[in-house]
Amino acid sequence: MLKNRIIPCLDVKNGRVVKGINFVDLKDAGDPVEQAKIYSDGGADEICFLDITASNENRDIIYDVVEKTSKRCFVPLTVGGGIRSVEDINKLLNCGADKVSINTAAVENSKVVMDSSKKFGSQCIVVAIDAKKNGDKWEVFTHGGRNNSGIDALEYAKQMEENGAGELLVTSMDRDGTQVGYDIDLMSKISSKVNIPVIASGGVGNLDHLVDGIKLGNASAVLAASIFHYGKHSLKEAKEYLDSKGIPVRI
Amino acid sequence: MNVTIVDYSSGNISSVINSFKEVAQDKVNIEVTPDLNKIKSSDKVVLPGQGSFKSCVDALNNIDGLIDTLNEFAMSKKKPLLGICVGLQMFADIGYEETETKGLGWISGKVSKIDNQNGKYKLPHIGWNQINIVKDSKIFRNIENNSHMYFVHSYEFIPKDKNVISATTDYSSNIVCSVEKENIFGTQFHPEKSDKIGLKIINNFISL
Repeated sequence: MLKNRIIPCLDVKNGRVVKGINFVDLKDAGDPVEQAKIYSDGGADEICFLDITASNENRDIIYDVVEKTSKRCFVPLTVGGGIRSVEDINKLLNCGADKVSINTAAVENSKVVMDSSKKFGSQCIVVAIDAKKNGDKWEVFTHGGRNNSGIDALEYAKQMEENGAGELLVTSMDRDGTQVGYDIDLMSKISSKVNIPVIASGGVGNLDHLVDGIKLGNASAVLAASIFHYGKHSLKEAKEYLDSKGIPVRI
Repeated sequence: MNVTIVDYSSGNISSVINSFKEVAQDKVNIEVTPDLNKIKSSDKVVLPGQGSFKSCVDALNNIDGLIDTLNEFAMSKKKPLLGICVGLQMFADIGYEETETKGLGWISGKVSKIDNQNGKYKLPHIGWNQINIVKDSKIFRNIENNSHMYFVHSYEFIPKDKNVISATTDYSSNIVCSVEKENIFGTQFHPEKSDKIGLKIINNFISL
């Protein structure tokens, strides 16, 4: 039976982890390579890096981080943030990323998704959808949540599937950082709209939220950042909890 | 000993390279090349493959003499070869992804889209699934039955001769996920992304 995945996400800025695990035995708590290794040893089903480097001159640092990580972690590595072109994707994959997640570029130029999925295969193309509720629908935001495209998130999800996305990473902007749980309504609506796997993101504050994301939101995978940081919960605890709730996980 | 990973521009093979180098350390020399002479002289060959069946077959055909060299290596010389994902699928006679495409024909059978039972199952089949080992395979030495492996694919290999199947996995149906026919090995899952247990499979292959 296929297992539901738990994916810890690390925000990386200028090559350093912004919010990270606060383990005393870490040689360098800000080193994304060290943290990724801890997660993969701890049973992470995949690792996700979100590069939030703002300045262009520091953009290339992420390639070095990805290269070092992929030599030490042997679970799938997804990298997102700042990807503009097929060439950017090519570089990340060559450095050892297994998948890339594309956000703004997918909205602005859907050809990026079409061309890259054709060139590298759908299996490595994740489209990241940042959605915010407006009335009875959700709208897609770009540029790290700053710009409203006005596009309907459900229609967009379907279109991205048709363009060749292999997975959708759906983040509720209303919930992100709130720790009150995923936007279950959004997750389940998108999941029933498309036939590709949906990764739920944004709002996890406790382990029950992970359960809800899978059971109620029908997500194939759950992504979380802060609950795994500062040692609040370990991946092992999360998996054992999901298992106790009857959710198939890799233990 | 030399193990060659065939670099034929079939998409992203960095993880394959990294995992084989991790396992090999200094004991085994890992080459990554499309060079025909290097392939001929190596002891073992790894045939990765990402993207579609058609794009991978096309990429093999784009390198003059590569298919002949692989045929000679695997079929005439009978040296060990491991196909991963689409690398395994290409063992078949024919594949139906994008358009009908002829495969290498090493293991008789076809590659068809996984039946998602009218949308009941998501495709691609992405994530960790357990393997049911159905026959002793040399690459499964010290691998427990029901071990988890990482999968990502929408097409499955259906061999004619069921005796070549070494493991299956349960999704919308029972999917062939590993084959062994004499010197030819293949995994539908990605040992290079399957954590320590995947590295063990790679080690088993290297140690053959």
